[in-house]
Amino acid sequence: MSDNFSYLYDSPGPRGRRRILIGSVISAAVLLAFVGLGVWQFADHGQLDADRWAPFLQWPIWQYLLVGLLGTLQAAAVTAVLSAPLGALFAIGRLSRVRPIRWLATAYIEIARTVPVLLLVYLMLFGLPHYGINVPTLWKLVIPLTVANSAVFAEIIRAGVLSLPRGQEEAALGLGMLRRQAMRYVVLPQALRSVTPSLVSQLVSLLKDTSLGYIVAFTELLYRGQVLSAFNHLLIQTFLVVTFIYLVCNGSLSAVASRLRTRTVRRGIRPPVAPELSTPITEKAPHA
Amino acid sequence: MNVLIDHLGDVLGALGTTLVMFLIAGVGSIVIGVLVTVARVSPIPLLRWVAFAYVQFFINVPLLALLVLAVFALPDAGIIAPLEPTAIVVLAVYEAAYVAEAVRSGVNTVAVGQLEAARALGFNQLQSLRLIVVPQALRAVVQPIGNVMIALVMNTALAAAVGVVELTSEVNKVNLIEAQPIAIFAGAGVIYMAIALVIGLAAGWVERRVAIVR
Repeated sequence: MSDNFSYLYDSPGPRGRRRILIGSVISAAVLLAFVGLGVWQFADHGQLDADRWAPFLQWPIWQYLLVGLLGTLQAAAVTAVLSAPLGALFAIGRLSRVRPIRWLATAYIEIARTVPVLLLVYLMLFGLPHYGINVPTLWKLVIPLTVANSAVFAEIIRAGVLSLPRGQEEAALGLGMLRRQAMRYVVLPQALRSVTPSLVSQLVSLLKDTSLGYIVAFTELLYRGQVLSAFNHLLIQTFLVVTFIYLVCNGSLSAVASRLRTRTVRRGIRPPVAPELSTPITEKAPHA
Repeated sequence: MNVLIDHLGDVLGALGTTLVMFLIAGVGSIVIGVLVTVARVSPIPLLRWVAFAYVQFFINVPLLALLVLAVFALPDAGIIAPLEPTAIVVLAVYEAAYVAEAVRSGVNTVAVGQLEAARALGFNQLQSLRLIVVPQALRAVVQPIGNVMIALVMNTALAAAVGVVELTSEVNKVNLIEAQPIAIFAGAGVIYMAIALVIGLAAGWVERRVAIVR
């Protein structure tokens, strides 16, 4: 999980160890000062009082928030299920030999990647009802997220296809397969396998994006937190708990992604490099 | 497009807000991101751990939750700041985690021989970090940082959700008056795409100038 950069330094001698100790003490002091300042500021305004936190020991409050989490997971699942195949389709389109298909797929990917999701959400909320198109709340959230995420999935999958040695496709064609058979039976399965960690990382970003449900008033975690805080007036406590729940869920997903990543590296599959993506996709194997 | 031109003054003002937020938060996130990476590769275990925790926290928590927490909740703890600066600070510390991830992958590209040479020349750890590792790491990750900056521009739109009047919230307002959603939102989309294009081209230009050809 944590990274190893020890190759950057010699193993420290007695003087180096003393310096590291001094550095540790100083940074611990600075850190403690910051944390202390924060705690003091919170305590000074009574935010740490037991009665402000006690409600979060009660099951009904958690039940209320967990129903929100269920909505978050539902929206994330629907978005993922829709955008993954769409993404694969657009990736194949962008790699196609037929120019119009390639251009259309490229245009879609580039547009969907550079328009803020919130703008699409506003379009669903305030724009389309004007034309009589009014979809259920879940879809007001899922459609914009699918538009944005299918483009990102497409780029990840394309990076995987491009990172595959050309010989694979050539061999498949040499065996008499059609291009589309080669893509389906040889190229895509390997490409998808090598980008699985990046796809899981993208799931984290997708799950984070479902917090836009706060704006469309879809029952998800952040929205429930907002409603709860309006009811109990414990703003700080409620939103800190909400943040904590997000952290636990996404943290476990991220852990899965990084485990998959080290496994792929160990099996000797070179992870693809996709420099044009905003999310960190690859970790190169550290220098031995 | 005509509709947006009718409201040119307001839209340009809002675009200015978006750009100002992007520029300040962008510079801030690069500075914080580099510092976090330095802490992450430092020989001091505590600093490494804190930097790791920082990156993990911000990569796993939604920006909107942080914005809501900072704008609506923190005043309850007596931490009161004007709306826009609050949003800019949240954007900067959030995006800094992504910058740190990018720069860290750049540190991986610095060859071990570089460090060995630095040691042989008598550089101490701080010097080799400052003069050898960070410059080479940054040169290797210009394009990834450009992509983080594009993500940052798109994320400035989220500030609309907590009440900052920037491009997205302004065009939404224009739409409520004019009721021509397709033209208005398409226009705003084109503006965002243009900004992203400029950042992409700028990153490409910078990369060509600083890339180390081996």
